[in-house]
Amino acid sequence: MSRLSIENPGQAQQVLSGLYVDMERRISASQPGLCPVDMSLNFLRLCHAQTCGKCVPCRVGLSQLAVLIESVLDRTAGLETIDLIERTAQTIADSADCAIGYEAAHMVLKGVRGFREDYEEHIKTGRCICGLSHPVPCVSACPAHVDVPGYVALIHDGRYDDAARLIRKDNPFPSACAYVCEHPCEGQCRRRMVDDAVNICGLKRYAVDHAGEIEVPQKAESTGRRVAVIGGGPGGLTAAYYLTLMGHQVTVYEQRPKLGGMLRYGIPDYRLPQDVLDRDIGHILSAGVEARLGISVGQDVSMEELQRGYDAVYIAIGAHTDKKLGLEGEDARNVISAVEFLRGIGEGRVPDFTGKRVCIIGGGNVSMDATRTALRLGAEEVTCVYRRRVEDMTALAEEIEEAMAEGCQILPLQAPARIEADGEGKVAALWTRPQLIGRYGRDGRPKPGDAQEREFRIPCDYVIVAIGQAIEAKPFEAVGVTTDRGAIQADLTSSVPGLNNVFAGGDAVSGPATVIRAVAAGKVAADNIDAYLGFDHKISCDVEIPPAHMTNTPPCGRVNLKNRHLSSYSGDFSLLKEGMTAEEACQESSRCLRCDHFGYGSFKGGRKKEW
Amino acid sequence: MVTLTINGQVIQVPEGTTILEAARQGEIHIPHLCYLKGLNEIAACRVCCVEVEGERAMVTACNTPVLEGMVVHTNSPRARRVRRTNVELILSQHDCKCATCVRSGNCRLQAVANDLGILDLPYEAQLPQGLRSKWTTTFPLYHDYNKCIKCMRCVQVCEKVQSLGVWELTGTGGRAIIDVSNNRVIKDADCALCGQCVTHCPTGGLRERDDTRRAFDALADPDRITVVQVAPAVRAAWGEYFGMEREEATMERMAAALRRLGFNYVFDTNFTADLTIMEEGNEFLQRLKAGDLAKYPMFTSCCPGWVRFLKSQYPELVGQLSTAKSPQQMFGSVTKSWFAQKLGVAPEKIFCVSIMPCVAKKAESELPTMATEAGPDVDLVLTTRELVRMLRSDKLKPAELPEEPLDDPMGIHTGAGVIFGATGGVMEAALRTAAFVLTGENPDPDAFSAVRTGPGLREATYEVAGVPVRCAVVSGLGNARELIERILAGKAQYDFVEVMACPGGCVGGGGQPQSLEDEELYGVRGERLYQLDQAAKLRFSHENPAVQALYSEFMGSPLGHKSEELLHTDHFAWSMPNESPDQAETGVYACR
Repeated sequence: MSRLSIENPGQAQQVLSGLYVDMERRISASQPGLCPVDMSLNFLRLCHAQTCGKCVPCRVGLSQLAVLIESVLDRTAGLETIDLIERTAQTIADSADCAIGYEAAHMVLKGVRGFREDYEEHIKTGRCICGLSHPVPCVSACPAHVDVPGYVALIHDGRYDDAARLIRKDNPFPSACAYVCEHPCEGQCRRRMVDDAVNICGLKRYAVDHAGEIEVPQKAESTGRRVAVIGGGPGGLTAAYYLTLMGHQVTVYEQRPKLGGMLRYGIPDYRLPQDVLDRDIGHILSAGVEARLGISVGQDVSMEELQRGYDAVYIAIGAHTDKKLGLEGEDARNVISAVEFLRGIGEGRVPDFTGKRVCIIGGGNVSMDATRTALRLGAEEVTCVYRRRVEDMTALAEEIEEAMAEGCQILPLQAPARIEADGEGKVAALWTRPQLIGRYGRDGRPKPGDAQEREFRIPCDYVIVAIGQAIEAKPFEAVGVTTDRGAIQADLTSSVPGLNNVFAGGDAVSGPATVIRAVAAGKVAADNIDAYLGFDHKISCDVEIPPAHMTNTPPCGRVNLKNRHLSSYSGDFSLLKEGMTAEEACQESSRCLRCDHFGYGSFKGGRKKEW
Repeated sequence: MVTLTINGQVIQVPEGTTILEAARQGEIHIPHLCYLKGLNEIAACRVCCVEVEGERAMVTACNTPVLEGMVVHTNSPRARRVRRTNVELILSQHDCKCATCVRSGNCRLQAVANDLGILDLPYEAQLPQGLRSKWTTTFPLYHDYNKCIKCMRCVQVCEKVQSLGVWELTGTGGRAIIDVSNNRVIKDADCALCGQCVTHCPTGGLRERDDTRRAFDALADPDRITVVQVAPAVRAAWGEYFGMEREEATMERMAAALRRLGFNYVFDTNFTADLTIMEEGNEFLQRLKAGDLAKYPMFTSCCPGWVRFLKSQYPELVGQLSTAKSPQQMFGSVTKSWFAQKLGVAPEKIFCVSIMPCVAKKAESELPTMATEAGPDVDLVLTTRELVRMLRSDKLKPAELPEEPLDDPMGIHTGAGVIFGATGGVMEAALRTAAFVLTGENPDPDAFSAVRTGPGLREATYEVAGVPVRCAVVSGLGNARELIERILAGKAQYDFVEVMACPGGCVGGGGQPQSLEDEELYGVRGERLYQLDQAAKLRFSHENPAVQALYSEFMGSPLGHKSEELLHTDHFAWSMPNESPDQAETGVYACR
């Protein structure tokens, strides 16, 4: 008999491995609003099934914890049971032999401490605080609550104009979002339980690329009320669009020569071509929004004047100023901020990086935009320097992968130390301190710390700083708008405390975020400004949604957008991603599970036809 | 039109028709439980699953529209297996003790399971135990967690038709149950007690608090004189359980049955309906003249579901309610005063029972304002369904009983009193008498019939003695809410508004018999009441000789001192659970 043999997993283990993958997908597609106590119990049961059975705390303790939590759910427990659960879990966490036991106990502890009131509610009333609402996942995950199943079904029917009309009910930037939305809608797509999320963003792009000219919906009767919107970005224009449809007269004040805000001056053309953005803006303007370009509030017109001259003012100025590193040598020539760099290109001031070496500092989406733009400007060597790991970067994974694929280098775990200038005061190199990734911080991310290695020198000609944006709030502070850590203070209805007719929203309030969040803020502001003006206008769309299919399609691969074939990125700012083909759009749209019709959707929360 | 094949039969139906409705047109019946047309098309019970050729999974017939060329099999082996298994699963979470259930014999689940020939269950019973299965025993509405099959019909009817949203699906996973929304208990909820959830429940999950035992005890008590009043709408529906024609199930036959149960005096709520008209009609004319109704109209007050709704949803309008007690409560007051005096007995000796098509009437009779030192004016309220149960328990077969006259004096009534049971009836009866009061002449009794057809909003302006009276009638609380919102927004102005909580009025009341086939019966029942009105010798409340005698012998005049004391009430003297006592207080000062 041979002493060693090749080990192959048995049939059962192979099937089980597949089930693990299914389970992972399923958990990631959990809808919002689930009972945290019930989920805790079932996580615990899963953990207990992993127990080998050797040690007492894990073998017996997890089992008893499950009994106790079940008694809470069955309403046979008393309030003292919660203490017993906590004590038992703490003991398991303290004394289990391996991670199977103590990590399971930690999960229970996190729950019993994190949502203790839910435990109490179950014991006292037999109910859950969260109540039960299983909204359509994509619609509820979208900050603007766009009717995703509705427009996906319309795309499947080939009704692209109607799809765009339906999207515009909640989001007047269907084209821009079709290209650059971070698509939180896909995060909890129920199709992930089957195979993978529907490519909602890609489908939207197919719709807007194939929709014709669409007329603006019927406006409400003129109210004679006037609203000023400060900032012509996605948030400001969204508020302006809906307020105009509601019958108010809206004037947008934009300090730059063109409308679009960060969409025009922050996002490079290879991701969002200008003519695509112009389609959305053209539609918004055709509703009757008046735009006054090149006017800066605080310089050309005062905030007081606007407050006096208009019935309401919406501040949607975004976050357009840069943050400083505070490093030695930061004032050297050729150290530029990413916002300034990208804005310059948007305004036609295109630097030539041919043959240059460029370092970009930062790990967010703006950093990736700057990195890839530098490459397209002909840079010989582009390095993105980041103090944490690649997996800790806040940029979309897709953006990072593409930057790397295009030939940019990502240098992780290097904290910028100082900038070395040459004799002419121009950047010569970026010095960094190597980092060691360490323990998890309060934000749930592992923290970097200085490693016991020597400083690292990256020779370069340019340093682009992309470590965040701030706002310019002085003109508004002068009239009583308060700011906290660089953000305008406004409540959840966008109303600015202490100022009667002033509202604010978007990046200026939330800090740098996404287009769709700015759109959502604009929608909220429009609704509340309308109410403030004494009206109750509704925005609706009369597009009929096709009935759902009878049964769902079997597992089928998700269609991802492909990049165009390019021989060189240098100098090429044209659109990189190719849209879906008709065949792909048809197949991809058929993957939608129509949660508006099936499941809880047909009962409640299926479709909000107006807001 | 769409052509499809169901079980080999070619069927043509309009586009948009569901498979279930299409099959029904071809006399093919697909079992279903949760489906309620237009209200609950949510495919939750999965009992109506059918096989559609070319589709991977089963398709629910209740909410799937037909497609051209579709081939459907409702009784294929797969359809049979799925249907049976799903019913077995429902039964595993249902308390199947049918022998002790009020709905036995009239239960959709029982019918579906019996039809499928399910004789044993492969699954272990899973029923909430302990505190999780407990419901209050004192509230007039009873929810049995263990009989509820979570079809969601109650949730939908309460939200969509009645706009109250008292019910909700709560909890998760296997513990998901129907319960009172927002983590409230029913006693703290703004439930109007309309009982529409009960009449739309397919099983014994919802019912009224059963008071039949208390009724039998009173009947057996030799020291009590039992007096029973029967609401107008009851006569239009009580015979349904016994399979009687509406024309056959008369009030007089019911009188015979009630006497056989042991009641000493059988009277008619119609009598006090006529009395209500005298009080409320005169009150309306007085308030109209006084300019009380310049901004907001006077609302009728005979429907306790509506009064509960108004108090909990629009407390600022409570002052607009007529102060007249409802016919049920006027009957109680008159019985324990005038009638007791006529009998020469102390009011405590009388046990006053009412048979009502209503669940809210139980709560109304228990209000602190509806009692004297001699006890409650109405001692016990039974629904039409409880009456049927009492008759069944004594093995009385109404069809075999003779017709017997009601007792004097409170058995005498007019056609105007009968139509109180249908939406628009109170308004019509009031206008008939108001016209007489103002002109001294009777109008054509059918002059105000424009307000009859319901259940939605009806508006009419009548010239009464040269005075234009702007009337509105509405039934169903969702419709009522819409109307009130319009009134509050200044988009509509009326002088007199009648509201009934249940769609179609009391004939569609929450205490009425349930239809196993989910038919809405308020239409045919209402027609029966209008037939009775047409056939009545007297059609004006003020012509009721017993009412006239009551005023001349005892009460004096409408709105007189004694009438105010006995026949009117203070709607501010009690609160709905969601009204804070402070609010009720300020309400008193603000509105008076």
